[in-house]
Formats: sequence, structure tokens, C-alpha cells
Amino acid sequence: MTDDKDVLRDVWFGRIPTCFTLCQDEITEREAEPYYNFPEKDLLHCPSKDAIEAHFMSCMKEADALKHKSQVINEMQKKDHKQLWMGLQNDRFDQFWAINRKLMEYPAEESGFRYIPFRIYQTTTERPFIQKLFRPVAADGQLHTLGDLLKEVCPSAIAPEDGGKKNQVMIHGIEPMLETPLQWLSEHLSYPDNFLHISIIPQPTD
Amino acid sequence: GLLLVLPGLATIPSTSVEGQFPLATFPTSAGERHTAVIVFLSTFTVDILLKAVGDTPIMKTKKWAVERTRTIQGLIDFIRKFLKLMASEQLFIYVNQSFAPSPDQEVGTLYECFGSDGKLVLHYCKSQAWG
Repeated sequence: MTDDKDVLRDVWFGRIPTCFTLCQDEITEREAEPYYNFPEKDLLHCPSKDAIEAHFMSCMKEADALKHKSQVINEMQKKDHKQLWMGLQNDRFDQFWAINRKLMEYPAEESGFRYIPFRIYQTTTERPFIQKLFRPVAADGQLHTLGDLLKEVCPSAIAPEDGGKKNQVMIHGIEPMLETPLQWLSEHLSYPDNFLHISIIPQPTD
Repeated sequence: GLLLVLPGLATIPSTSVEGQFPLATFPTSAGERHTAVIVFLSTFTVDILLKAVGDTPIMKTKKWAVERTRTIQGLIDFIRKFLKLMASEQLFIYVNQSFAPSPDQEVGTLYECFGSDGKLVLHYCKSQAWG
């Protein structure tokens, strides 16, 4: 169960201690592209606020399809869905989590969700992201860890080929230990859309 | 580039038409060609069943072999073109009659997570049907 409210609050308010420097390529003195040149091919163009809300709710529904075969999100009322969106939109932690906590529950006889909603992004490939079915608990009852997930669906992330650079595995800008149980990460470090968004970034050389 | 959206494999066309894989490079006898195409395609395509919702026009061919790396946006563009929708008309795709997948999601990914019985069922609609 999601019981560690302090962790959730820190994630919500971005109070995760991080330190980063912009890579030289990211520093530009070029003017921002004018709006009428919206990069339709690279970015999802949301024509209205309603489109953003619909996209957000779709992500939540997809996540719950993986976690609970959609049972929890379908049992909610329309006003609960609205509360999730309003809580996010207005940055209201308690409003959002009053409902979102239901999406983080699982049957007492289980050790976690059915499947963990996750997406893995790699800087070294043009492919959009990796998403597969992955259970939080192994067949022998052992909890799967972040390392187990990567070994299974993205082995190059943790064991680069000979001569390849080492990678950083980032969630919310920090590198969680690879031994962290995936179920715990899913409950505490998921983004508001209920997915764990995991970035694989080559280790900076300096 | 190649547009790899194919009608159901039961009816492999013998001539190359827009929207279908050019078959000129395959064995010439129909039977051989059929087998070769199926073996060749199954490695990088998935079967998708398209169902219309509401007053959205139905497609005569419902089952399509779609390349795994095609994005949902790519699939939406294909259906829009196939149905000859006007630029002002929208098209939504739904999984499990419940959620609209991300436009940048690959069809192969969606199939692996939500496919069953060897195919992925998608509903399409000109207005928001669910959510």
C-alpha cells in the first residue's frame, strides 16, 4: 500500500535533491522557434485544454488496465475522474491523492499489481519507448526489482556492450538503486499518469 | 517509403496498389507468394482488427497486418486516408473500448500489452466514444 506519504509529497512538489548541469548542446542563444512553426512531427500538439485532460485520463486508464484490468478506474465515478484532473491541474496534492490512492491498492492476497505500468526512454534510439507486460512478483514469490525489469526488457541499459558507455537509470531526475522493488517504485515514484517513466541516459564523462 | 498496412492475409492482392506492399519481388505463383508473404510478414507485423463505433463509416476489410514499428498516429493517418475523412474531421482510436493510446506509441508495443488470441482489437470513432 502507498503508506509513505512523505515520499509522495516530496515527489509531487519536486523536492527531490538533484543537481544537474546543462550539456553544451543544450545551451543555445538562438531565439525560440515561433509558435506557428510548431514541430508537429516531434511534439504532441494539443489543440485545447480538453485534449490534454483526455490524454491524461487515457494514460490513467491504460495504467489501470495493466494494474487492475481497469476494474478500479471503471468503478470510479465521473466526479472522481474529474477530481484527479483538477488535483493535477491546480497542483493540489491532497485532492489528487484522495482518489489516486485507490489506484495504488491491490488485493490483500497479492503482493502487488497485475502488471507494472512503465515506459523506458532511451537517448540512443529513435524508437518512442519500451513498454511491456512485467509482473511485480517473480514466479517463486520474490519481488522483482528495478534491475530485474531492466535485465528483462532493456539489458543494454545496465550491461553496456564492450567499450560502451555506462548508463544512468533515472526516475524523477534521480537514480534509484537497482535493488529497489518495482512495486514500491510503482506506488511511490510513478508520475501522476500512474506510469513509471524511466530514462536511460549515457553517463556523463566528466 | 513503404506503406506497410496490409489487408487480412486471406486475401493477398496480386498487384501492387497504393497502401499495400509491392509484391513484385516475391515468388510469382500465387500459392508460393501467399506462403512467402505470411512468413515474411509475421516477423514484423501484427494483426489488427478494426471496428467502427457509432456512425463512423465501417471499413470493408477489418483485419489488417500492420508493421510493429508503426505509431498509433501513423495508423490514425492511414484510417483517415482510407475513409477519406476531411481535414476538419477527427478520428479517435480506442483499446479495450476504454482508453485512447498515445499517438507516439508503437502498434507492436500495444499488441504485446493488450493483444489477445493473436490479434489486437481497436475501435475507431469520429467523436470521443470513451473517456
